[in-house]
Amino acid sequence: MEHYLSLITKAVFVENILLAYFLGMCSFLAVSKKVDASIGLGFAVIFVLTITSPVNWFIYSFLLADGALVWLGFPDVNLSFLKPIVFIAVIAAMVQLVEMVIDRFSPALYQSLGIFLPLIAVNCSILGGSLFLVERDYNLIESTVFGFGSGLGWFLAIASMASIRYRLRYSNVPLKLRGVGITMLLTGLISIAFMSFGGIQL
Amino acid sequence: MPLLSKQSKNTIVDPLMANNPIGLQVLGICSALAVTLRIDTAVVMTLAVIAVLCISNTVISILRSMIPAKVRIIVQLSIIASMVILTDLILQAYMYDISKELTVFVSLIITNCIIMGRAEAFAMQNGPWKSFLDGLGNGMGYGLILIAVAFFRELLGSGTIYGFQVIPDSFYAAGYENMGLMTLSPGAFIILGLIVWAQRIIGKVEPE
Repeated sequence: MEHYLSLITKAVFVENILLAYFLGMCSFLAVSKKVDASIGLGFAVIFVLTITSPVNWFIYSFLLADGALVWLGFPDVNLSFLKPIVFIAVIAAMVQLVEMVIDRFSPALYQSLGIFLPLIAVNCSILGGSLFLVERDYNLIESTVFGFGSGLGWFLAIASMASIRYRLRYSNVPLKLRGVGITMLLTGLISIAFMSFGGIQL
Repeated sequence: MPLLSKQSKNTIVDPLMANNPIGLQVLGICSALAVTLRIDTAVVMTLAVIAVLCISNTVISILRSMIPAKVRIIVQLSIIASMVILTDLILQAYMYDISKELTVFVSLIITNCIIMGRAEAFAMQNGPWKSFLDGLGNGMGYGLILIAVAFFRELLGSGTIYGFQVIPDSFYAAGYENMGLMTLSPGAFIILGLIVWAQRIIGKVEPE
């Protein structure tokens, strides 16, 4: 249990997928102008990352990894080079599936998350999460916990950024620094704040 | 006759400064910043992006009349993903050390917004040669920012440029210290923010 707690703290704070690995910057910069939209997109990212990480773990371990096809009688086949294209296809399919399921069972949730789901298929943090879990040799539970933790970290980052940008309307930012420039500087400061969690061991 | 017509030249030069994909359109930052700790990784990443962008733009442009509008995103994505896998394998074969350092970031070129963005905005409407030039220009514009960020991070963070020490030992003896912040991720955000600021002042861009 402690192992998973420490993994989740690491994924949320110390190795935040956005602030330490720069993944998902594009939608972060574009969406953080509005607080509501940021929170909606943040939840959608948590949701999709938690689902796609274990699914991609299964696909990698039983279809793509070196010797994974042994159950089909092909012990020498190594399909791991197909990893990026298969992962992106799985992610796109899962996003579509999640969208349909939510639409069927919870129209209210679909109203709030629906418009963000298609955006997520090309969000780097989702593909990045799946690639990291292969890179780091996580097992099934670790992958799920890591996926959830990364999503939560991304959510925290975009929610705090959106709130700061909301307050920023009242400050006198130099004309040419407005928009992307000041957002990047602020992200740097948030990133420094998150790094101070560095020494924590659970 | 000159090698490139004036219009073709503009297609290449325009994205370098006046319409830079990272600085002004804010595309493709995702996979960009993580490789800017040192110049050599940034250069390899730039070459990989230029190669993928040029080839995928050309291929998509050749196929543009055959791709049904409804499934075009999937078709574009699979063309791009195949190019990325090819690039990744070539890097692993010939530049193994650097490809180990780039780890997942080469594969993440697939979700780099520049490539999808150019395919959708340019290659679907223009001929193969122009699309190739557009890919080259945007790839170089992307690389320009990437290498600029890497230059400052390497210079301030480790006192070297492309692996050669440029800060003399006497500075260190006199008490100069490398700036540890630059080797960490916040350094990349701050440098990029300052570069975007400088670029907007020089480029006379209207703020949003």
